[in-house]
Amino acid sequence: MTKEAILDLQGLSKSYDDSIAVDNIDLSILPGEFLTFLGPSGSGKTTTLNLIAGFVEPTAGSMLLNGAPLEKMPAHERNLGVVFQHYALFPHMTVTDNVAYPLKQRKFTAAKRAEAVRDVLKMVRLEKYASRYPAQLSGGQQQRVALARAIVYRPPILLMDEPLGALDKKLREWLQMELRRIHRELGSTFIYVTHDQEEALTLSDRIAVFNEGRIEQIGTGKELYDEPNTLFVGKFIGESSVFEGSMTDGRFHAGGKEYWGSGTVRDGPAALLVRPEKLSISDEAGSTLPEDLTNWVIGEIEDIVFVGSGMKYTVNTAIGGAVAHVPAERAVDTHIGDHVRVAWHPQDAKLLPA
Amino acid sequence: MNSEVRPGTKVVLGIITAFIAVWLIAPMFIVFPLSFTDDASFQFPPRAWSTRWYESFFTNPQWTDALRNSAIIGTLVAIIAATLGTITALAINRSKSRLSGTVQAIMLTPLIIPPIIAGAGIYTFFLKTDLVGTIFGFVLVHVTLALPLVVIAVNASLSGYDRSLELAAASLGAGRLTTFVTVTVPLILPGILAGVVFAFVTSFDEVIVAQFMVSPALQTLPMMMYTSVTRTTDPTIAAAAALVLGAVLLAFGLYQFVVVPLTRRSRGRTSV
Ligand SMILES: Nc1ncnc2c1ncn2[C@@H]1O[C@H](COP(=O)(O)OP(=O)(O)OP(=O)(O)O)[C@@H](O)[C@H]1O
Ligand SMILES: [Mg+2]
Repeated sequence: MTKEAILDLQGLSKSYDDSIAVDNIDLSILPGEFLTFLGPSGSGKTTTLNLIAGFVEPTAGSMLLNGAPLEKMPAHERNLGVVFQHYALFPHMTVTDNVAYPLKQRKFTAAKRAEAVRDVLKMVRLEKYASRYPAQLSGGQQQRVALARAIVYRPPILLMDEPLGALDKKLREWLQMELRRIHRELGSTFIYVTHDQEEALTLSDRIAVFNEGRIEQIGTGKELYDEPNTLFVGKFIGESSVFEGSMTDGRFHAGGKEYWGSGTVRDGPAALLVRPEKLSISDEAGSTLPEDLTNWVIGEIEDIVFVGSGMKYTVNTAIGGAVAHVPAERAVDTHIGDHVRVAWHPQDAKLLPA
Repeated sequence: MNSEVRPGTKVVLGIITAFIAVWLIAPMFIVFPLSFTDDASFQFPPRAWSTRWYESFFTNPQWTDALRNSAIIGTLVAIIAATLGTITALAINRSKSRLSGTVQAIMLTPLIIPPIIAGAGIYTFFLKTDLVGTIFGFVLVHVTLALPLVVIAVNASLSGYDRSLELAAASLGAGRLTTFVTVTVPLILPGILAGVVFAFVTSFDEVIVAQFMVSPALQTLPMMMYTSVTRTTDPTIAAAAALVLGAVLLAFGLYQFVVVPLTRRSRGRTSV
C-alpha cells in the first residue's frame, strides 16, 4: 500500500565542474512523515536539501510538490520551511520580528501576526524571550527561534540541515524530543539532515542512507538495521561484525571455511554481517555453546568493556574484526589476549556483496 | 584576549595618547577662538571677542554663495558616491570572477593618484567639454575622489555579513529586492553611512582638484578660503574655517555617537 507522495524527486542530479554532488536520486516523500537524510560527510545530503529548497539548481531531473513541478520555481515562492545549522537569524531584528518576518511577506495583518507569533513562541517555549535580540540568546534558544520562524506560516514541508549540529550533547537530546513533539503537533512533513545515526534512529519514521551522491537504501531504522541491502548501510547503521570472504558457485567461504547467511549474492568478493547482540563468546572448544551454533571463528580478544547491560568484546579474527555484545548473565570469564570462539546462528548473519 | 595592561604601561600609553590627541586637535583650538576675535588681524590669543567676522561672512554674498555651492555639491556627492560605492562593493564582494580583484584595485586608484595630477588631467578634459565651473562637473570629479572611500567602508561591513541570511529570507518568502531592503541594507548600514560621511567630507574640504575647476561664476568654500588667505588677512576666513571644521566635526560626530550606537546592538554575530 503506497500513499500519495507529497514530494517526488525523479532522477535528480547536481554536478559541479569537477564532481557529482547528487547522482540521479529517486525519492518519494510521504505526507506527514519524518524523513532523515543520513550519510557521511560529502555524500550529498545538503545539496539534495538545497535542491528542494531552491538554493541550487538541478543539472538534471525533476521535483514534484503535490504533483506540480518545483524545479523552475524561485526559492521564495516555494513556501517551504528551512532551518539552518547556524540558525541564520536576522541579527538586527528581535525574536518577535524574526518570527513575524515570513508573515509580513505573506501580508498578514498586524493582529494576525501578533497572534501567530505568540502561539508559535509558546510552542517552542520561548514566550519570555520575545523582545530579545538573537545575540542575547543561547545557541539552543536561537535554534528554537529559527524553528519557530520556519513553522509559523505552516509550510507543508520543513527542511532542516543538521539543526542541532552546533549544540552540545545534552541540549541536542532534549531538542530531539522537542522536535518529535512539534512534529506530532504540526502533522507536517519533516526532512532532516544528519550524519549522526543515533539521532537519525531517534527521530525518524524513515531514513534515507546517502553515499557518494546516491541513496543506498531507504527504510525504517529497524529495516535498515535488520535488512541492510549493502555493506555500507550495514556498517553505517548500528554496530556490526564484518567477515570478509568470497562467493564461489553460490557458496560463501572465508578463511578456508564455509559459512551460511541470509540473502543471495553473486560470485565474487562478499561479506557476512552479524549484529553484536547475535554473537556468542566461548572458549576455543566452544564448550559453553549450544550445539546448533554451527558458524564460528577463532580470534584473540583485543578489548573488553563493561557497558552496563553486559560486556562488549572486541575480537580480532583472521577474517575480520568482531564486536560481540553479551548480556551480563552469559558473560564468560576471559581476559584480553585470550583466544576465544565467536559463534552465531546462520539465520542471524546477512550475506552481502563486498 | 583579555590580558590586563600593567599600571606602568597604562601611564606611558596615557601620556602618548594625550600628546597625539593635543597635536591632532590643536589647530581647532586656534581656529575657533580666532574666529571670534574683535581684531582685524590674526592676533592670538585675541584681545577682545565679537561675532563680527561671522556677520561679515554671512552678509557677503561671495562667501554665502560659496558655502551654498559646497553644501549642494557635498550633499550630491555623498548621495551619489554612497549609492554607486555600495553597489560596487557588493558587486566586487559577490563576483566569482577572477577579475574582481583587478576591479577592486582599479576602484582604489583615485586614492593613489596625486590630486594635482588628477586635477591637471581633469582640467584639460573639462575645458573641451565646458564642464569647468559647473556644479555637475564638481560633483562628477568629487564622486570619483570619494568612491574608493565608500567602497572601502562598505567592504569592511560586508566582511562580517553572513550571506546565508539571504537564503533564509528567500526561504521565508522574501524576493530579491525585499531581501536587499530588509536584510542586506540594514546590516551593512554602518558601512554605507560611514561612506556617506567620508564622501561628504572629501567633497566639502577638497581644494586641490577644485583649483582647476573653479570659475568666477562658481566658487566653493575651500577655494574661497584659499584665495582669501593668499590675498588678505581678513579674519572672515577664520569664521569660514570654523564653519568647515564645524560641519566636518558634526558629520563625524553624528556617525560616531548616533549611527554606531544605534547599529551596535545588531552587531553581535548570531552564528559561531
Ligand atoms: N558549490 C560547490 N561547488 C563544488 N562542489 C560542491 C559545492 N557544493 C558541494 N560540493 C560537493 O558536493 C559534494 C556533496 O556536498 P554536500 O554539501 O551535499 O555534502 P553533505 O552530505 O551535506 O556533507 P556534510 O555532512 O559534510 O555536510 C561534496 O563532495 C562537495 O565537495
Ligand atoms: Mg551538509
